[in-house]
Amino acid sequence: MEPIVEGFVEAGRLLASGASAVYEIIFLSLRVSALAVAIAMLVGIPLGYVLGVGRFKGRRVALILVNTGMGLPPVVAGLLVYMFLSRSGPLGDLRLLFTVPAMIIAQVLIATPLVTGVTAAAIGSVPLELRLQARSLGASWLQESWLTVKEARRGVMAAVVAGFGGIISEVGAVMIVGGNIEHSTRVMTTAIVLEARKGNFGTALALGLILIGIAFAINGMLTGLQQSGARYER
Amino acid sequence: MSDSRHPLIEASGIRQAYRRRTVLDVERFGVAAGETHALLGPSGAGKSTLLRIVGLLERPREGSIRIDGTPVTHRDRAARLQMAAVFQKPYLFAGTVAENVAYGLRLRRVPQGERASRVASALGDVGLSEFASASALTLSGGEAQRVALARALVLRPRILLLDEPLSYLDPLIKRRLVGDFRRILAETDVTTLYVTHDQDEAMVVADRVSIMHEGRIVRTGDTDEVMSLPTTDWVADFVGMESPLRGRVVACHDDLAEVDCGGVSVFGLTPLAIGADVLVGVRPEDVTLFAGDGLPPSSARNALRCVVDGIEPRGATARVRVAADGLKLASLVSLAALTELGLAPGMPVVAMFKATAVRIGPAPE
Repeated sequence: MEPIVEGFVEAGRLLASGASAVYEIIFLSLRVSALAVAIAMLVGIPLGYVLGVGRFKGRRVALILVNTGMGLPPVVAGLLVYMFLSRSGPLGDLRLLFTVPAMIIAQVLIATPLVTGVTAAAIGSVPLELRLQARSLGASWLQESWLTVKEARRGVMAAVVAGFGGIISEVGAVMIVGGNIEHSTRVMTTAIVLEARKGNFGTALALGLILIGIAFAINGMLTGLQQSGARYER
Repeated sequence: MSDSRHPLIEASGIRQAYRRRTVLDVERFGVAAGETHALLGPSGAGKSTLLRIVGLLERPREGSIRIDGTPVTHRDRAARLQMAAVFQKPYLFAGTVAENVAYGLRLRRVPQGERASRVASALGDVGLSEFASASALTLSGGEAQRVALARALVLRPRILLLDEPLSYLDPLIKRRLVGDFRRILAETDVTTLYVTHDQDEAMVVADRVSIMHEGRIVRTGDTDEVMSLPTTDWVADFVGMESPLRGRVVACHDDLAEVDCGGVSVFGLTPLAIGADVLVGVRPEDVTLFAGDGLPPSSARNALRCVVDGIEPRGATARVRVAADGLKLASLVSLAALTELGLAPGMPVVAMFKATAVRIGPAPE
């Protein structure tokens, strides 16, 4: 128990000290993951909608691909992005490797299948009759889609939570494409790995506890949103 | 569709298949302006699918829909805006009853002042004026379905689509609401397509009925005619009658005709001439049974000596099947009457029914 207690004490000390390095790491972690999940939402929610309500050839294959993508190991996602962004890769000229945008790209690759897959399941569970009801009252395609997403909002929020949870805590992808460069691409997970390797278990644990605390707070907020709002089915 | 009235909406050559299984195959179907047309049939007959296709809510694999003779498709929103639907479940959303009723008006960008007055009027039509500011989620099932009806009627649709609107309600509420629906539909004079599996409901609300079976329309016509004059064994069984009676008009006195049904004479009203081959139908509710084989004094024109063929209990009543020289009829009797008459299979009875209760129509080719 002692190391854990020490970890808590160290976490409190780190936060209270106002050490700019710690806050820099925390804010970068949040910035990278928030942007990545926002992009994943922009892509994944419409894609999930189409997969959830659509009846077209290839839908089943697309769903299998998305579900497979949900289990994509972050380190593999990082490796793929690394290969594309490395000097010899097709996007090497962009010189993005070991930059924050590269980390965001890798995390988008991890989060998008999660957001898409969970959204598709949520949208697919909205009764057809609700969409027909809206359509029959004069809703356009866009109005009907909006109503459907609102009806499935709990599931859609769960998709966002899953996407965010999948990337805020991953280390493999950001380590490979970010490089864990101090004051540049170091985020909480890579910092934890570094501190643990250096034998600074107290600091590593403290960062881990802060990470859990942040994840708890953000997921708490998202869950609150998930549970609120209009109920459509009576 | 009614020959004398303008067909507002028509469907022709409609085929629909899900996973290569044909679920709908309808050559022609139409609803005349101003009529309430019921699509009646057992579960899985294709009624709701036909309603969705006619209502431009679903694309058929084959076939075309016309409104006022103009072809329309499911992509034609302007045509869809002429219709409104109510489904089994009301799907009300959080907010007040008035907000729910205003949903379609908001989609149509109707100005707020007009919206408020139309919502108030629609709620008045369904008897829920005092609920305007109540939360929609606190309503009972029957009230919620009235709100759903108001939400559709407020749009002043040319065509109202009702897909089993009462089937989700308990029997007591349903009995009350079916009469209200009939009154409201009559008052608004809106052309209505009404899907139901409940014959009583169809008989109360509909001017015309189409009976569906395994994706096809097997009988269509005025409600009374369809429900009293089956043309096939399946339709007869579905509407609770015995097999269709075939006969020939052998005598006529004014409109009162004597029809020979395999050696048994049945008297009914028909303008058809002597020699015409006809179908004869008598609803079980119109047939009264008397024990024994003596003819009791009665004003009923028809009195047939029969033998009880079978008895099927149906809750508070029983359906008694009787036969006379190959002619088969059914009678609906109360359980008390069943006990009092001591009816049992093989027992002789007299079946009596008035000439006005007999439906006679031309026999199909």
